[in-house]
This record gives sequence, structure tokens and C-alpha cells, in this order.
Amino acid sequence: MARFPVGERRDISIVLCGAAGQGVQTVEQLLVKLVKGAGYHVFANREYMSRVRGGNNSTEIRVSSQPVRALVDRIDVLIPMSGGIRDNIRARLDDETVIVGDREALGEEFAELPGTFLHIPLASLAREAGGRVFANVIAAGVMAGLFEAPEEIMERYFRKRFGHKSRETVDRNMQAARMGIERGKELASEGTLAFALQPDPSVEERVVFDGAHAVSLGAVSGGCDFCCGYPMSPATGVLTFMAQNAHTFGVAMEQVEDEIAAINMALGASFAGARPVVTTSGGGVSLMCEGISLSGVAELPVVVHLAQRPGPATGMATRTEQGDLELAVYGGHGEFPRLVYAPGSLEEAVRLTHRALNMADRYQTPVFVLTDQYFINSYYDLDVPECGSWEVERHIVEAGPSYRRYEMAEDGVSPRSVPGYGEGIVGVDSHEHDEEGHVWEDFELRTRMNAKRLKKMEGIRSETVPPTLVGPKDYTRLVLCWGSTLHIVEEALRQLQLPDTALLHLSQVYPLPAETEGYLQQAEHVVAVEGNATGQLCNLLRQETGFLVEDRVLTWKGLQFSVEEVQAGLREHLA
Amino acid sequence: MRDLKEYELDVVDVAWCPGCGDFQIMEALKKALAEQDLKPSDVLLASGIGQAAKLPHFMKAHFFNGLHGRSISNATGFRMANPTMPVLAIGGDGDMYGEGGNHFLHTIRRNPNITNLVHNNMVYGLTKGQASPTSPLGFQTPTTPEGVVNAPVNPIALAVSLGASFVARAFSGDVEQTKETIKAAMQHEGYALVDIFQPCVSFNKVNTFKWFKDHTYYLEESYDPWDRTAALEKAFEQERFALGILYRCERPVFEYQLAPYGERREALYKGRPDPGKVQRFIEETYV
Repeated sequence: MARFPVGERRDISIVLCGAAGQGVQTVEQLLVKLVKGAGYHVFANREYMSRVRGGNNSTEIRVSSQPVRALVDRIDVLIPMSGGIRDNIRARLDDETVIVGDREALGEEFAELPGTFLHIPLASLAREAGGRVFANVIAAGVMAGLFEAPEEIMERYFRKRFGHKSRETVDRNMQAARMGIERGKELASEGTLAFALQPDPSVEERVVFDGAHAVSLGAVSGGCDFCCGYPMSPATGVLTFMAQNAHTFGVAMEQVEDEIAAINMALGASFAGARPVVTTSGGGVSLMCEGISLSGVAELPVVVHLAQRPGPATGMATRTEQGDLELAVYGGHGEFPRLVYAPGSLEEAVRLTHRALNMADRYQTPVFVLTDQYFINSYYDLDVPECGSWEVERHIVEAGPSYRRYEMAEDGVSPRSVPGYGEGIVGVDSHEHDEEGHVWEDFELRTRMNAKRLKKMEGIRSETVPPTLVGPKDYTRLVLCWGSTLHIVEEALRQLQLPDTALLHLSQVYPLPAETEGYLQQAEHVVAVEGNATGQLCNLLRQETGFLVEDRVLTWKGLQFSVEEVQAGLREHLA
Repeated sequence: MRDLKEYELDVVDVAWCPGCGDFQIMEALKKALAEQDLKPSDVLLASGIGQAAKLPHFMKAHFFNGLHGRSISNATGFRMANPTMPVLAIGGDGDMYGEGGNHFLHTIRRNPNITNLVHNNMVYGLTKGQASPTSPLGFQTPTTPEGVVNAPVNPIALAVSLGASFVARAFSGDVEQTKETIKAAMQHEGYALVDIFQPCVSFNKVNTFKWFKDHTYYLEESYDPWDRTAALEKAFEQERFALGILYRCERPVFEYQLAPYGERREALYKGRPDPGKVQRFIEETYV
């Protein structure tokens, strides 16, 4: 008999694993919907191998009566869909873990593992339902039964997913799901496995989506009407969203031959007055560097979504890292203004991507939105973003007969027109150029023009996104992080209950918000948490402010920190 | 017919060598624009890097002088965001077939409404005389002292084989015919390649004005450019090179098929973004 949550915990961590192609992602999607539909807060994140079939992928789903948004190591319930689970999952099992699976299908692999094994004849039930393919749906059904999730959520999901195929496919899936649901209800009523959480009625009004959708929604709410890219994990989700919703939002969208074409098409579109977004990973940005540099000198707005994965080169294609901060800050030759946002939450990803489009337009320069695989594939429930009231700023002027694209301006921002808007001629150039955009080798002109462009940094610095301080304002110790680790570090600190310790999260990493230095100065002791090997934010801070953060908790194994790992790391420095 | 002076800049420092074929191509282009009654503000010239790619700095029109090899990508992006303004992508053989080779292939596949003028002098002019992708076998240059051993790109055969919807060849020495070919290319709906033979007086002592004159001929009246097999045969001729429209076919224009267009073709900058729509979408999709 097992009853979750255990002790003082307020959430249940369920991990599903299985071979690629076995439908782990389907179960994940389904479970997230079911759990939320049953009135619980939910967090899900998957880790997967770079292969289409086989291997072993897993997804973690946390179910809670309170908002929950971070990855933990602990596994309360493990649902293996196939044998051969990897060591990184095995290591996370303990005596309190319940393994729900089909003993016959899994063999003796689980006999020597810690935890309780709960046999469910998934294979024979699936055969009964019409074939092996239904095993995942039955497993999802078991969980739905345990959580008393409304059946119609499942039906709605199948209708949406298979409705275009046939009514029969939907019915057969539902039939399989019901077999699971029955089994789940039995387990609960027997008391063999029971979940006791308090549903939260406010969950009903909330929405669930992942980081890829958050970035995409921020882009379209920011007026993105052009998107192109080359498929590259983990950035492809944004490309897919744009392709699938191009008609809804009027987006000119193309999957192109390479990243070089992507950035150059985006700049051509930008020149025409579009609001382009390109989406890629670090390798793609490496290829785009020349184009990003062109954006800088030609003063063409463009938003680059950089979803980080481990490098160098191809690194680990489906894994995560915060290793490309320096690429975003320094990528591209020459000196030119830029901005780099690194959202810490899905809400921030929507808001900051929207803002990225406005800032790119206002300052006519590239703006990066820096996410990572962990962030892109994490989803949880949140309030509906109020983006309806957010402004889409346009900074395009009509070109009069004497219009000059690079007119000198006090703040460095020349009025931008586009071909066809007014009778004036609009020209842009990759070379150093004069006010009209024509090439002259003139040192005085070079000095003037480069100064004009760099002047824009002053405006950019005047409207940085301030860092978020979590915890006591009168802290003496400060934990610093950026990007996707926000909620992980937040949860770790909450549990550590360290006196006088606060968290400072940066969601704009370049240029650094002016407030950052003051926050650092106040602390007697600062520890940074970063998902890379060299402490890239610390190094940037050192360069920009002179402040040295010596104590660093770092990981670069290819997985994002778990709450437990951050706890252990911080304990070493702060306890 | 507009006055050619309309396309002249007030101050200009033309960096081409005296006698360069580029002058005649620019003249042909100006005439082609004038005869189509296009004002300088009616058309975009996109170019990359190289002597030919400097053209937009020597005459008046909207211009995007970008990176080496990328101008057809810039031009495609521009068309995707503004499907109404005529766009010419202009560059040399190195720019278009070397640095931009991959984009050349895929632009043909897409078929955006772009006129691609390639000044083909079979040598790198800007960097002072190295071999280009179209340099003939055996061509000696500082970087190929023993002569070119790589097979030259055959842009016409390549374009025809990929189904480019308009493929033509011109010779800069004949301004009138070059102008006519550019006009026909601009009036074609879809991607149009005009490979223009052009002597480099400084660095190519093999493929001179006289050489081009001796090694080209105009397609006869009876030639049918809609016949792909005939076009390929012409493309593979080695002794004398055919001038004129070698191939054409009808294919849907890339940008017209994009989500924002359809019946109404209007530049994206005229659109009005609606974040309220996004919020409604979120409420309907993710609850």
C-alpha cells in the first residue's frame, strides 16, 4: 500500500519512461491535461535521446495542490513503458518509489531495484484493447483513474488528435483509456496506490503550455509576421508553432536551407518593414553570426531565439545547457548594440519575447531571446497572459523626398523608413556607409557612424528589465541565477530555509540592468548558480561591473539542475 | 519611357575599371527600368559583395547591399514581406554561384518573384583575379598557378535542371539585347535568372570582349523556350554559347502562397498586429 504525497511534501513526482516511438510524449501531453483537468497544478519536463526509435526517454510530471515549476530528482511513481531504463533514472529511485508496470513485459529488471513494484498487465490489456499501441493510453488511463480526472478531458484530447482520422480511432482510444481508468480506480479504492491532494479550483481558469509556445506566443503578440529557420533541436518548437498557426496570425513563414539563409531572409523582410523572428540553437547562431553583424551595421531589427543545448559544435543535440550566453553577447564581428533576454518563467518568456520585438524595432538592432532545451520542453499551469493590452510599438516613418536612412540623430536612432512608404529612397548597407547608405572610405565618416550606432546602447541601457529579487530585502547573502533556473533555485532556497538569504534572478543578461551592482554590493556573500562549466554570467559581471562572484554552483552534464542538486550545491557554500 | 537621368545619383564614385562590362549592364538595367516606367522608388536592388554587387551604389533605386553571397536570401525575405515591389538580386559569378551556391539552388526551388542578374566574367574581380566557380578548365590565376582543375559551374544547365521558371543568357556587349532580356525577366512572374557574360578587362585575359563575341550566338526565332529538353541541350553546348531566353515554365510564385497573402497582396508593414487575438487564442487553446 502506498499513499502520496509522503510526509510534508505537497506534490507527487511521476516519471514515465519508455523507448522513443512508444508514445511517452503522448502520455505526457495527456497526463498534463488530465491532472490540470482534475484541478491540480502541474509541471512537466522531458529528457530524450537524439534518436527517433529506441533508446530511453523520460518525462517527469509533478502534480501538486500548489503551483509547482521545477525539476526534482525524487521519483514517487515510476511508470516504465519498456525495459532498459537508464542509470540516470535508476539512481533516482528510493524505497518510497512505487513502480507501476507490467512485470511480464519488463522481465526481472526491476526485481533488484528499490521501491515497490505494482503489477498492471498493460500488455494483455493492450492486446484486449486492440494492440500494443494502446499500452501508453492505458497507462495514462490508470493515472487518470487515480486522480479522478474527468473522462471528457481524455475524449477531447483524442478527438483533437485523431478526430481527422476517424471516429473509430477516437472510440478505440477511449475504450483503452477506460480500461486504464477502471484499473486506476480499483487501485485507489483498494488503497494499493492512492493520491491525496487538495484540488485548487483556480486551476480551471489557468492555461498550460510549454516554453516553445511561450516564446511563440510572445512573438505573435509582439507583432511577429515573419519567421524562418532551419530545424534544430531544441528550437524547432517555435518554427512548428509558426508553421501551424501562420494563417491564424498572418505570418510569412518558411523552413529554409540553412541558418545563413534564415537570418538573411529575416533581414530582407526586416528591410521591407516586417517584424521577423528566427529560431535556432547555438550551432545555428554560429552560422548566423555574419548576418547578426549585418543587422548591427545595417540597423535592421531582428529577434533571434537561441534555445541553448550543450556544445561545442553538435554537442548533445537533445540536451540542455546555459552555455551560449557569451555567444549571444559577443556573436558577430565588429562592435554594435544588442540586447539579450533570458526569461526565467513562461510568463516572462511571453512578455520578454513580445518586448524583444518592440526593442528590436525601437533600436533597429538584433535582440536575443535566450532559452534552453529544459525551458523549451517544460510546461506548467499559469494565468492567461494579459497580452491583449500590450502595445505593439511601430517605429516606421514615411520617407520624404530627401529621406536618408542613416540620418544623424541625438540618440543614435535614425528614423527608419521602408521601401514603398513615401517617395524617398531607402538604402541599407553592410559596409560602413554615409547617411544615405552609400559606401565611402572616409575615416571621419566611419568614426561618426560607428559612434551613432553605439550611442543606441545608452537608450538600451536606460530601459533594461530589472532583476527579480526573491526573499528578504535585508538579505546579507545572495544567490544569483539567470534564465531557466529561476524556479529551480527558488524552490531549493525555499526548502533550505537559509536565514538572510535572497535570490536574485536576471532575465536581461545584456546589457546588465543597472540595479544589479547594488544588489551584489549589499550582500556579504554571493553564490551563483549556472548551467555551464565556466560561470559565464559571473564572468560577464566581472567584466561589466568589476564584481567578482567566486562561489559558483555549476553543472554541464547535459541536464538542467534538479532542486536537490541546487540544494546540495548551495549547502556547501551557505550552510 | 522615363529619363535615364532619374536613376543617376548626385554624387557617385564608380569603382569599376574603364571598359568593364558592368557599365553596360548598368546602362541596360536603367533602360529596362525606364522602358517599364519604373521610378527609382518603385524597385529594390539587392546585392552582395563583389564588383557587380556594387552596382546599387552607382545608380538610384532602393538598395540592400548585404553580405557576400546572400543577396537572393535578402531579396526572398523582402518579397515575402512585400509581394508588390519588383526586386532584382544583382551580383557576380563568385557571389551568386560560389558563396551563394546553396541559396541559388533553393531559391530556384522556391520560385520567388525575383530577377537575378549575374554578371559572369569567370573571374574574381574585387579580390584581384582568382579563379571563380565559372572559370574555364586550365585557367591560370594566382591561386590556380597550374590552371583550374575543377569543373566549372554551368549555371544554365543547373537552373534548367532544377526547374527555374525563367532562364536566360545575355552578353553585356549588346546593351540593347541585354536590356530586352532584363525586361522579359522582370515581367516574368517567378524566379528569373539572367546570366550575363561580361568581360573583366583587368583580370581575365582569356574571356575577353572579342572572345565572348566569337563564342556566342543568338537563339533562332524558332527556338521554343518551353521545351526543357531542348533547353538542356542548349545549356550543354561547349563551342558557342546561346544568348536569349533558354527556358521558361509556369510555376506558382513562392510568396503569393504564404499565409498573409492570397487575394490581397499588401506589404506586411501595412498590417495591424492584434495582441488581443493572441490572448483569445491562448484562452481557447490552452485552458
